[in-house]
Amino acid sequence: MTTPAATSAFLREKMEEGWNRPPIMEPDGEAELLEVAMGPHHPSTHGVFRMDLALDGERVIRLKPVFGYLHRNHEKIAEGVSYLASMPYTDRLDYICSLTNNWAYALAVEKLTGQEVPERAEYIRVILGELTRIQNHASSIGFLLQEMGASGTPLMYAFKEREKILDLFESLTGSRMMCNYMRFGGCRVDVSAAWLDAARKVVAGLPGFIDEFENLLSGNEILMARCQGVGILRPELAVNAGVTGPMLRGSGVNYDIRKIDHYGIYDRFRFRVPLGDHGDVYDRYMVRILEMRESIAILNQALKEIPGGSIMDPKAKIRGFRPKPGEAYGRIEAPKGELGFYLISDGGPNPYRYRVRPPSLINLTVLEDMCLGSNVADVVLIFGSVDIVLGEVDR
Amino acid sequence: MVDQQLKIELGKQGVLVTTIEELYNWGRRSSIWPMQFGLACCAIEMIATTMARYDLARFGAEVFRPSPRQADLMIISGTVTKKMAPQVVRLYNQMAEPRYVIAMGACAISGGPFKQGYNVLKGIDRYIPVDVHIPGCPPRPEALIQAFMTLQKKIDAQPLTGEGRPRHLDAAAQGEFPVPEQGEHDLEPTSNKGVWPVPVVIR
Amino acid sequence: MKSIEEIKSAIEAAIPGAGVELIPNPSPSGQHSLRLAPADAVEVARFLRDDAELAFDFLSNVTGVDWPGKEITEKVKVTRTVTRIVDGVEQQVEETVEEPRKRVEPGCLEVVYHLFSMAKKHGPIVLRMRTVNRTDQVELPSVTPIWRSAEFQEREIFDLYGVVFTGHPDLRRLLMWKGFKDHPMRRDYVDPDDFEYEPTAHDSVLARAAAHKAAIGGVAQKGTGAGE
Ligand code: SF4
Repeated sequence: MTTPAATSAFLREKMEEGWNRPPIMEPDGEAELLEVAMGPHHPSTHGVFRMDLALDGERVIRLKPVFGYLHRNHEKIAEGVSYLASMPYTDRLDYICSLTNNWAYALAVEKLTGQEVPERAEYIRVILGELTRIQNHASSIGFLLQEMGASGTPLMYAFKEREKILDLFESLTGSRMMCNYMRFGGCRVDVSAAWLDAARKVVAGLPGFIDEFENLLSGNEILMARCQGVGILRPELAVNAGVTGPMLRGSGVNYDIRKIDHYGIYDRFRFRVPLGDHGDVYDRYMVRILEMRESIAILNQALKEIPGGSIMDPKAKIRGFRPKPGEAYGRIEAPKGELGFYLISDGGPNPYRYRVRPPSLINLTVLEDMCLGSNVADVVLIFGSVDIVLGEVDR
Repeated sequence: MVDQQLKIELGKQGVLVTTIEELYNWGRRSSIWPMQFGLACCAIEMIATTMARYDLARFGAEVFRPSPRQADLMIISGTVTKKMAPQVVRLYNQMAEPRYVIAMGACAISGGPFKQGYNVLKGIDRYIPVDVHIPGCPPRPEALIQAFMTLQKKIDAQPLTGEGRPRHLDAAAQGEFPVPEQGEHDLEPTSNKGVWPVPVVIR
Repeated sequence: MKSIEEIKSAIEAAIPGAGVELIPNPSPSGQHSLRLAPADAVEVARFLRDDAELAFDFLSNVTGVDWPGKEITEKVKVTRTVTRIVDGVEQQVEETVEEPRKRVEPGCLEVVYHLFSMAKKHGPIVLRMRTVNRTDQVELPSVTPIWRSAEFQEREIFDLYGVVFTGHPDLRRLLMWKGFKDHPMRRDYVDPDDFEYEPTAHDSVLARAAAHKAAIGGVAQKGTGAGE
C-alpha cells in the first residue's frame, strides 16, 4: 500500500512535465477511429452527462467529458439572495445527499461568523450525516450494478433500504429528499424520543441488509470478473488530481476529513477508515461497503450518547443576518468526497462570492486516465464507480 | 353506440360488448412505456416510483426504454437547461406516435427554484406540448402515479375520429417540432410560438 | 503547520524576489491568504508542492472572483501655486487645499486557490492572484501542470469569468455551450430578456420586470403576462 508520505516522495522524484496528463494513445495500425458521443441522453450516465469517445474497435483511445447540461447557476443565484435562502438550494446540489450538503454550507457560514453549535445539534448532524452516507453508498452501488447489467435487483434492494432511511428524514424534516434542515448554529427542529427509537430500529436492521447485499454481490463471480483490475487509479495521480472520498481511499490513500479536521464532534467516535489496495472498481465498491459498516458503528455510538439540551446557538441570528467582511472555507467529508463551501462576505446580507467545491466534478478529472485502453463496456462501469451526481457536477 | 345499461347487463351474462375505440384506448393506456430519461433531482423520485415500494408496474409502465424510438412517454424529470433543451426536443422528435409528455416537477413546468438562472429554460412547454404537469419539488412518487392515472384517463377519453383525436390519427397534425439553436446569448428562438403562445400583456 | 508568515518567508527564501503579499482575513475563520505576483506564481506553486516540510500536494478548490471597477469619491490634498497680492505686491505662493476627486478604481478578476497537504495532513493555505484589469489583460498562469485538479476548475473560471489561463493544456468552455459569448458569473452580466411574470418581493426580480416592461413598451401586466 502506498502511504501518503510515500506519495509525497514520489511527487518529489517525478518532476518531469506532464507526468500527470493522460497518455496520448495511437490506434493499432491502419484502423479508422470511430467517434462516439455517449450522452447526454444515455441510460448509464446518471442523468445528462456526455462523453466524447474515440474508439479503435472496442478500445478507448480518447475520452473527453462534456459538462454543463445541468448547469443551473446555483452560484449566481446564491449571490443574489440572503445566506439563509441558499440553504434549500444546497439540497439540490447532490440531490441524493441533501443533509450533508446542508451541513457543509452551515459549517462554512459558522466559520465565517464564528458561531458555536450546541452539542445536541452536533449529534443530530452526525446521525443524519451518517444515515445519508449509508443511503448514498447503497444506491450508488445499486446504480453501479445496474450499469453492469444486473437489471434492477441490486438497485431494488438498495432502494428498499433507502426508503426506510427516507422515512426517517421525512418524519423529521418534512421532506424525503430536499430536507433543508440545518441552520447556522444548529438545526431547525428537535428530534423526539420516538424519532430516536425509530432511528435505532432502522439502524439495528442495517447490518442485516449489508450482509444480504454482500452475500448477493461481493463474492459474485461476474462482479469480480468485471470489476477487478478495471479502471485502476494510481494513488499519486489521485492525490495530484484532487480526487477525494471513497475513490481516493480505494486507491489506498488514508485521507478522511472526518479524521483530519475533526469537524463537528467526529473525534468522539471510534471508527476506522477502510482503504483499498489496487485502486480498481472492485476496491471502490468494497470501500463503500465497508464505509457503510463503519457508519453503522458511528450511528450506534451517537444514538446511545445523544445528550439533551438546546439545538440552536442562542446567539445565532436567522433574520437580518450580516456577517462581517471576510472569507471562510468550510469543508466536510460528504459521501462523494470533500464538499467545500467558500464564502466571501462584504458585510452585506448576501454573500459577495459563493463557491461550491464539488467533489463529483473534480473526481471526474481522472476519468480519461482510468478509461484509456479499456473496452467501451468498462467505461460505463468505471464511470459508475466514480459515483457522481450531475446536480453537483454542473451546479 | 351501445347503451351503457345494456352493456353492463350483457357483461353479467358473460358477453363482452365493446367498441373499437374503447378497445384501442384500453390497449394504449395499459402499456405506456416511459423513456429512461432522467434530468435532475426529480429523476431520483422517478426511479423510486419504479422500485419495490411504489411499484409502477401496476400501471403497465415498468418497462423503461433507453431508446426514444421504443418509448411512448417522456417524463421530463428535472431542470431543462438551455444547453439541454435542443436535445430534449430532438429526443421528442425521435419518439414514435402516439407519444405523451409528463412535465415532472417545478423545474420542468416553469424553471422552478432555478427560474432566475441564466442557463435555465423557463418550462419545457415552450418547445414541446405537455400532457400532464405535476407540481412539486420533487413531486412525491404518489404524485407521479397520479400523473400516470391522469394520463390514462386522458387517453381513454380520446375519440378516434373527429375533433380531439390523437395526433397520429390526424394527418394534419404537426409531427416534427423545430429544434432551437444555441445562439451567442440565448436559445433562438426563445420559444416555439405554435406550441406556447407568448402570454399577452393586458394593457 | 507553519504559520502563514513563516510560509511567506519560506517562499521568499526559496525564490528570491518572489512577489508575495500577506492579505489578512478579519473574519473569525482566520484563513489569511497570500497574494502572488502572477509572474512567479508557477515557481511558488511548485515550491509549495515539492518542499518536504510544506508538501501541499492537494489543491482542493479554485475560485474565480469578480471585482468590478468602482468609482470612489475622496478628498485629496492638492498643493498648487497661485498668484496672490500680498502686501500690495504680486507674489507666487503655494497653498494646500482639499478638493473632492472622483477616482475610478480599476476592477480585476481574482483567482483563489485553497491548498491542503495530504502527506502532512495540514492546511488550508489560501493563495490568490489578480489580473491587471477585466477587459484585455486577463491572463494568469495556469497551475494545472502542477496540480491536475485545477484542470476543470480553471476551465470553469475561463468559461464563467473570462480569465485566460496561459499554459493550460485544454482551455475550452466547461459549462456553457460552444458558441456562447458572455461570461455570466461576472457581476455586470445581463441575462437575455425572457422575463416571465412571477409574484415575488425580490428586488432584483422586480427590477428586471420593470426593465422588461420598458423594453417592450408595455404598461401593466396582469396575471400570467410575459408579453411580447
Ligand atoms: S423540481 Fe425540484 S426536485 Fe425537481 S428537478 Fe427541479 S429542483 Fe430538482
